[in-house]
Amino acid sequence: MFGLKADWSLDIKQRYFTLGDYIGGEPRWCPGCGDHAVLTTVQRICRDKQLPPEKTVTVSGIGCSSRMPHYVGTYGFHGIHGRALPVACGIKSRRPELDIWVATGDGDCYSIGAGHWLHAVRYNMNMTVLVFDNSIYGLTKKQTSPTTPIGFKSNTHPKGAILAPLNPLTATLGISNVSFLAQTIDWNPVHLYETIKAAHDHRGFSLVNIIQRCPVFSPEAFKHLQEDPSNLLLLTHEKGIPVEKNILRLFPNQQEHDPSNMSEAYDVALPELPKPVGLLYHNPEVPCYEDFSSVGKDMGVEEKLAGLNTALDQFAI
Amino acid sequence: MTKETSQPVKNNDATSKTPKRIDEHIVEIVSDSGEGAQKAGQTFGTISAKMGNGVWTVEIIPAEIQPPTRSPAGASGIRVRLGSHYMTNMGDAADIVVALNEQVLYSRIATHAYKPGTVILLENKWETDPNPEIREQYKTAVAEFRENGLVVHEVPMEEECLKHTPKPRLGKNMFVLGMLCHIYSRDLERGNNEIEATFGRKGKKVVEINQNLLKAGYDFAQGNLDYWYEIPPWKRDSTDPLIVNNGNQAVGLGVMASGMDLVSMYPITPATSASHYLAEVYDKVGGFVHQAEDEIAAVGFAIGSSYAGKTACTITSGPGLALKTEFLALAVMTEIPLVVVVVQRGGPSTGLPTKVEQGDLLASLYGEPGDTPKIVIAAATIEECFHFVIMARKLAETFRTTVILLTDANLATGVQPYPRPKAKAEWMAAPIDQSDWKKGVPPFDWDEETGLSPRPIVGQAGGQYVLTGLAHTNNSKVAYDRESNQRGCNMRSRKLATLYSTLKPPKIHGDQEGDLLVVGWGSTLGAIEEAVEKMRAEGHKVSSLHLRFLSPLEPGLKEIFSRFKKVLTVEINYSDEADAPLIESGNRRYSQLAVLLRTQTLVDVDCWGNVYGQPMQPGLICEELFRHLNAMKGEN
Repeated sequence: MFGLKADWSLDIKQRYFTLGDYIGGEPRWCPGCGDHAVLTTVQRICRDKQLPPEKTVTVSGIGCSSRMPHYVGTYGFHGIHGRALPVACGIKSRRPELDIWVATGDGDCYSIGAGHWLHAVRYNMNMTVLVFDNSIYGLTKKQTSPTTPIGFKSNTHPKGAILAPLNPLTATLGISNVSFLAQTIDWNPVHLYETIKAAHDHRGFSLVNIIQRCPVFSPEAFKHLQEDPSNLLLLTHEKGIPVEKNILRLFPNQQEHDPSNMSEAYDVALPELPKPVGLLYHNPEVPCYEDFSSVGKDMGVEEKLAGLNTALDQFAI
Repeated sequence: MTKETSQPVKNNDATSKTPKRIDEHIVEIVSDSGEGAQKAGQTFGTISAKMGNGVWTVEIIPAEIQPPTRSPAGASGIRVRLGSHYMTNMGDAADIVVALNEQVLYSRIATHAYKPGTVILLENKWETDPNPEIREQYKTAVAEFRENGLVVHEVPMEEECLKHTPKPRLGKNMFVLGMLCHIYSRDLERGNNEIEATFGRKGKKVVEINQNLLKAGYDFAQGNLDYWYEIPPWKRDSTDPLIVNNGNQAVGLGVMASGMDLVSMYPITPATSASHYLAEVYDKVGGFVHQAEDEIAAVGFAIGSSYAGKTACTITSGPGLALKTEFLALAVMTEIPLVVVVVQRGGPSTGLPTKVEQGDLLASLYGEPGDTPKIVIAAATIEECFHFVIMARKLAETFRTTVILLTDANLATGVQPYPRPKAKAEWMAAPIDQSDWKKGVPPFDWDEETGLSPRPIVGQAGGQYVLTGLAHTNNSKVAYDRESNQRGCNMRSRKLATLYSTLKPPKIHGDQEGDLLVVGWGSTLGAIEEAVEKMRAEGHKVSSLHLRFLSPLEPGLKEIFSRFKKVLTVEINYSDEADAPLIESGNRRYSQLAVLLRTQTLVDVDCWGNVYGQPMQPGLICEELFRHLNAMKGEN
């Protein structure tokens, strides 16, 4: 509420939002689920950026991660499986002033909603898209997801997953108009915060693939990453995700990667291991679809009537 | 005029001094696709409308983009019905047909579009085609047509056009238009003006060639064809100005007039041309056409926009409606206002993409798993295509629900003049409310009696709620308990009962009681009423009524039905014939409106219809009504 400026004057804001303003219902995720970390991170960023809760919408599809809107104090849209992105884009289309967060998962976004993922990247509407990638279907109890490792035993593939997993990073990099792609891990809160904050800072479609542990159905999928951090590759760059010194210590593998370098981004994203952590690609210059779709949104009734009359007159006989 | 086939043709109908006065005629232009038959016919219809005639035009569309030339399947063209009265349908058999090759006529003959005595003005260049096979086909066809009573005149259209252009294929349609302009005493200057309007952008030279061809056709008909008619203008009660367009353009204009912000669509025949039209003009009213990546995204985008307080609709056809069902259920469940325009085509599956059917009524009502009460209305005329979009938006917002507006391929491509709507500010959507949400009011503050509730819009401080497709309480909190789900379903259903209570009983066309009542919905209005008129003129006690509201149904139906000995729906969709093999009362599958009416009124409503993919024709309806009346006599 109060803040002192350099000239010692007192700045009194009319409204100051505390963390409490961004808290909704009590999360019903399992203890130890990585989703909790993402939720609190988003709430902190909303508070730190003082986003008015009524001008912020959290949109989701269906799945464990898609319960997130219920747990934040903004407007929320908990829709249908795989379809968070069309809804989010529709919300933004004529109300570009709204702040949009999308919570989705590896099944929701990369499988049933895959078509929308590709095209939403192309639309490049300004929103922050968090993919809670736990490599498994959790809400429906352990079915193979598009990012499930080959050989992983699930209820749909008890002898082990048959197909190689889809690589959401290389796939996203292959879509025209891609403007922001990052990957982070739920168990490093500092990096998680900085990554999501950078995503929110970007004007355009920011996709963050969050490697997120599911302690119930796929704990083994992330064991090798947690226990042996050399399976991760920390991306560093002055234009990348800011990393504090004490975080740097945690990553034995590091690579200086300029996020404007697409071909290098692809090289970093391609191998199964080590998994890159950081900002893979960033292009702030890609036009946003809402700049086209919102034209005329504030047109007054008089002007609309005149336009309608012109249109009607074209059919006059 | 050197060849025998181009000798002046004589017609006993007309004298050469004055045109013969007639009340109405049906004219067709049929060709391979890409020969401009539709353009010529539309222009002819426009000129006729401008000269005060009642007009109905309907396109003859092949399903493929490039069908083989000179093939029955490739028949492309247009039918124009014009007369001295208001025209509401395409009528029965054609009077005069201009055909650019003989093969395309076979498909028209197969659909009973012609009768003995129908005059065919046939391009004769095929008679001398270098390919002997074509020459033979032509000869055989002409002989066959004549045998079947068609009056065939072989006209050297190509030869005449070559005098004015080296590329007669491109301009022949204007020659045809010129011939029709003379045959029906149309004002040539109006033709010139239409050409100017159409081709003006392409430069003076193009305009001039086309105007020369128009004049050539006109002069040729004057000098060589002995068909010359006058169709006096339709005597209207009002002098209010008219506009003329097709049903999809009317839908587009309706979208603009309703103040809708956004149309979110995916290409699908025959709905897409509404969006084509909007894409051209929507910016005049500040709107935007979003072409989504698929049908599902199209409705999701519209729902998102509507959730955020902006008004949006999606325009689709049957297969698209099927894909959208999960989202429609979400919109109903979460009470988001949404307008869905469904331009029906033949089904099931990909079906008959360019042809008409009224097959999506039950899918509109019951297409989603679970109970999804929504409002379903159907436009019966092109004028209603305009006004019903405005009504649909208002209903969607007032009742906080999904409104499906049904039109069909017949309305979509049919062209008819109607009174120019006077644009009204109250049609436009109000600006969104961004004031603070009243403290303590839940997001679903259901009125127990009506099911209605005000809706918080994103941006209203204190109104934050989480919309969810899961069962929820009035606070939009997920609730799996028995009472919450029952209550939610009650409240959503009650809204339809509330709307029903505001509706008036439908008007009966004809006597208020009698032997037979025909009930229809959608684009069949004109054909049904014309058939009923004809029957009544012959002394039969037949009346009709036409429903615009299908969900909820209009009130008073049971009482109205009780005043008639028999009630019959006439619909363009499938039903088992009552006397078909194996069919009995226990297994007969009824037409879709009949299913609804039987359920709702417990009256033994009969049905008749077909899935020919054609607009309903008054003559066919008359035949069927006779059959029923005769059967009823037998029963007495």
